[in-house]
Amino acid sequence: MSRRTIIPFGPQHPVLPEPIHLDLVMEDEKVVEAIPSIGFVHRGLEKLVEKKDFIEYIYVAERICGICSFMHGMGYSQAIEQIMNIEVPERAVFLRTIWAEFSRLHSHLLWLGLLADAFGFENLFMNCWRVREKILDIIEETTGGRVIFGSCKVGGVRKDIDPVTLKRIDKLLAELEKEIKDISNVFMNEYTVKRRLVGVGVLSKEDAHVLGAVGPMMRASGIAQDMRNLGYGAYSKLEFEPITRTNGDSYDRCAVRIDELFQSISLIRQAVDKIPEGPVDVKVTGNPDGEYFARLEQPRGEVVYYIKGNGTKFLDRVRVRTPTFANVPALLKLLQGCDFADVPILILTIDPCISCTER
Amino acid sequence: MSSLSKSPWILHYDASSCNGCDIEVLACLTPMYDVERFGIINTGNPKHADIFVVTGSVNEQNIDVIKNLYNQMPDPKVVVAVGICAATGGIFRECYNVMGGIDQVLPVDVYVPGCAARPESIIDGIVKATTILEEKYKKMKESKSLVKKGRV
Repeated sequence: MSRRTIIPFGPQHPVLPEPIHLDLVMEDEKVVEAIPSIGFVHRGLEKLVEKKDFIEYIYVAERICGICSFMHGMGYSQAIEQIMNIEVPERAVFLRTIWAEFSRLHSHLLWLGLLADAFGFENLFMNCWRVREKILDIIEETTGGRVIFGSCKVGGVRKDIDPVTLKRIDKLLAELEKEIKDISNVFMNEYTVKRRLVGVGVLSKEDAHVLGAVGPMMRASGIAQDMRNLGYGAYSKLEFEPITRTNGDSYDRCAVRIDELFQSISLIRQAVDKIPEGPVDVKVTGNPDGEYFARLEQPRGEVVYYIKGNGTKFLDRVRVRTPTFANVPALLKLLQGCDFADVPILILTIDPCISCTER
Repeated sequence: MSSLSKSPWILHYDASSCNGCDIEVLACLTPMYDVERFGIINTGNPKHADIFVVTGSVNEQNIDVIKNLYNQMPDPKVVVAVGICAATGGIFRECYNVMGGIDQVLPVDVYVPGCAARPESIIDGIVKATTILEEKYKKMKESKSLVKKGRV
């Protein structure tokens, strides 16, 4: 048996924009075990609920993570609205759905870029981010923010999108679709990319289920679970099928996310077609009293919001189970027995969001 | 900004930010904003870096990491605090695990405001940092030549 060595990975590492530390126990070039240590980005946001009232807390909820920021705000306000029995206007629900799908688009393109960077294809990284800027332009035009929108609030949304802009969004989507097709062609068919992804880090269907993987990670292993099927937001009125693949390797995880890009474009199109007229918010009176679980599909998977109110304006408890947290056990399983050179790719294929995980 | 005598390389570290500023720092490198036209390259190695770009605030766990990265950088070096969290703690200021801005640990030269900081302001901050870097370099050179001449 060869000698074991420990290679520290992170917290500061070129492929990781975020700090996570892994001790990789190595035998020659193979990873035997990965021991994670986290806590570099822990801020204690759940405790902050004692100092900010429930209306104010949505700003904090949006800043749990800067990438899926809108969906955190959406999940939080959905939970509060359920507790307080607030009927959100139909138009606001559709607007939320449109923005949520735009954030999925920008998040997946960001991830594709980072993946390309991880296997050293810098040109592809730049191209993904170039396309992503177009989405950010639409987001900025409609909400005012680039990454943190601040457009969701308890009882509706803060801003409306006028019909002219909605029409333009429709046109822009056609352009985007074409550009994303070009990029996806490279990811799916390019020889060098395939060499790095096909058969790397296979997660079987059983393992995905037992380890509690969520989101694209789970769907790439063949389990068709998508929280959008629960019908929150406007999803019950839109047509879509969860995207699944069967092999469960890095290539499939990449393929699921690429297909979801086209799915999001189709969802935005449908929402823009079906969006009803009307107000975008209702007045919120009183304080939340009771508890509720809200489940949403984020770009990275299922997020769970548990909120407990006590009848005052300060909530008792906010608990967030984020998708990356659920995917870490699966990552540790993938890292066992992989080549050292594949470690960055495997870490990236779970689409880690450490800020979410540690809050 | 006057002409640069060298191309500054940046080292980016996410202290405890929400990712918002981090993806904006990365966005600066990509074709839309493209800081490489100033000769700025994002490096992963602190020993190659001139400008330390920190996002987010300091906490117990990452304080040593930040100090360690800063100490590994060669002189002269400049610290840019990106985002309001890096400046004061921002919205997370009242959190139990947030000690405050980066200036609690490191001497910060440029503060970039915003939540999340926009790429335009990040670029502006880094361009300002290059000027400071230049000054620090000149001062270092002068003091070295004084030492050589035996005046100090």
